[in-house]
Amino acid sequence: MSQITARYWREIPRRYRGEAAKSTKTGKVFFPPRLVEPKNGNRQFEPTKLDYEGKLITYTVIRIAPAGFEDQGAYALGIIEMPGGARITAQIADCPIEQVKIGMKVRIEFRKIFDDGHEGIHCYGYKVVPM
Amino acid sequence: MRDVAVIGVGINKWGELWEKSLRDIFVEAALLAMDDAGVDHIDSLYVGSMTPGLFVGQEHLASLLADYLGQCPIPAARVESACASGGLAVRMGWMEVAAGVSDIVMVGGVEKMLDVDGAGATFALASAADQEWECYNGVTFPGLYAMIANAYQAKHNIPFNTFRKQLAHVAVKNHANGLLNPNAQFRSKVSLEQVMNSTLIADPLRLLDCSPITDGAAAAILCPLDMAKTKFKNHPLIAIIGSGAATDTLALADREDITYLKATEVAAERAYKMAGMKPEDIDFAEVHDCFTIAEMCVTEALGFFEVGKGGEAAMAGVTARDGAKPINPSGGLKSKGHPVGATGAAQVVEIAHQLRGDADKRQLQKARVGLAQNMGGSGGSTIVHIFKAV
Repeated sequence: MSQITARYWREIPRRYRGEAAKSTKTGKVFFPPRLVEPKNGNRQFEPTKLDYEGKLITYTVIRIAPAGFEDQGAYALGIIEMPGGARITAQIADCPIEQVKIGMKVRIEFRKIFDDGHEGIHCYGYKVVPM
Repeated sequence: MRDVAVIGVGINKWGELWEKSLRDIFVEAALLAMDDAGVDHIDSLYVGSMTPGLFVGQEHLASLLADYLGQCPIPAARVESACASGGLAVRMGWMEVAAGVSDIVMVGGVEKMLDVDGAGATFALASAADQEWECYNGVTFPGLYAMIANAYQAKHNIPFNTFRKQLAHVAVKNHANGLLNPNAQFRSKVSLEQVMNSTLIADPLRLLDCSPITDGAAAAILCPLDMAKTKFKNHPLIAIIGSGAATDTLALADREDITYLKATEVAAERAYKMAGMKPEDIDFAEVHDCFTIAEMCVTEALGFFEVGKGGEAAMAGVTARDGAKPINPSGGLKSKGHPVGATGAAQVVEIAHQLRGDADKRQLQKARVGLAQNMGGSGGSTIVHIFKAV
């Protein structure tokens, strides 16, 4: 399915620049931004930026890749927790897969994620790399 | 609220059903359920199906199935909660009968998954995850459960080799059960070594840790318990004594504890409360073992085992057919197959057979109270039902 539509364009602020929302009530950072904070019902947020350094809390190695990722071979993918409380799911790049470890410090980088459809248009976003 | 009974169940042979269409598969199972109950008319239909639109391009499913079942103009609805669609259909039907809106209600599920290739099936299944923030970055379903598994192993500090064996024991046990189920997709014994040497899919999960892609359907007929006592005497009576449903964050990353299936705990608490029961009152359960790690985590969230001890229980044989708490006597998703929308309905079929005492070679010695747990996505939804022979 083609990704290069309004659907791609509208997420650019989040995927390219890490635009996030900070709860004015609890200070917790939400990425992507939400309109309602879970549990307390707060609707007041201020714009903030996702922390770009965090900690890997779990990971796997995807051996059978989904459509669009077939040419990336086996790749490590994990969940990263940021100091502000937000968590992201992202590939772990520039690191041999056997060296990926839970608890390792990683940094977000702007990367190509996959090539879209027959035209092969590059789709960008974030991956993390070891610090 | 009226008490509700299960008066008929039906399931066909699951697997790669090349010669059968989506509608054929469902109507076959539905007719088996109607014949089992001894009814030729239903008042209403709920069918669970995750994504017939992506699998065969067919939406507006409930009307199609009511039509081919010869039941128009009954009201009919397709319900969807990813892999928990079948369980949700059971809950909707239960509510309609309990509320006094209808008397004879069919609840079922169907999925025709093999009309698309592997990549097509992976894409369709991944639609149960967060498309923008998980799938966009290369997530697969085995990948999500693999991340649960790695976090679980680290959190509970289980040596990797022990943990890997615990996972394999779940697969070995479920295949041993499925061997006795004539409707199972994979009626083959697997050894610990075979599981542990099978192809890596998403570390640490291997091919034989994963449930398969399946075509299949299942259905059950519900009616008020009082009506069942007087009008439907074909089988020993079975009552639905508890029903609970719960949701959790869709994205795995957003869970407070990514190793714990909170929606399963909450749905089970609700069902236990309604039934006036505790985990120890449950004789056996059919649970959502889409991956071996899922069965471990589910049996903990249901309160059967201490958190972090689900794997030990499987390894010690506690969850085997002759163990203290048999889990997935049908073979589970692992061996029986996992036509996603049908899975929750098929759990009811197995529990009904066990409670009636007509489960043939799979018959458990003690089967008075059975629990069904059906889960959507990486745990974003769960439906739990408790059934009792009355």
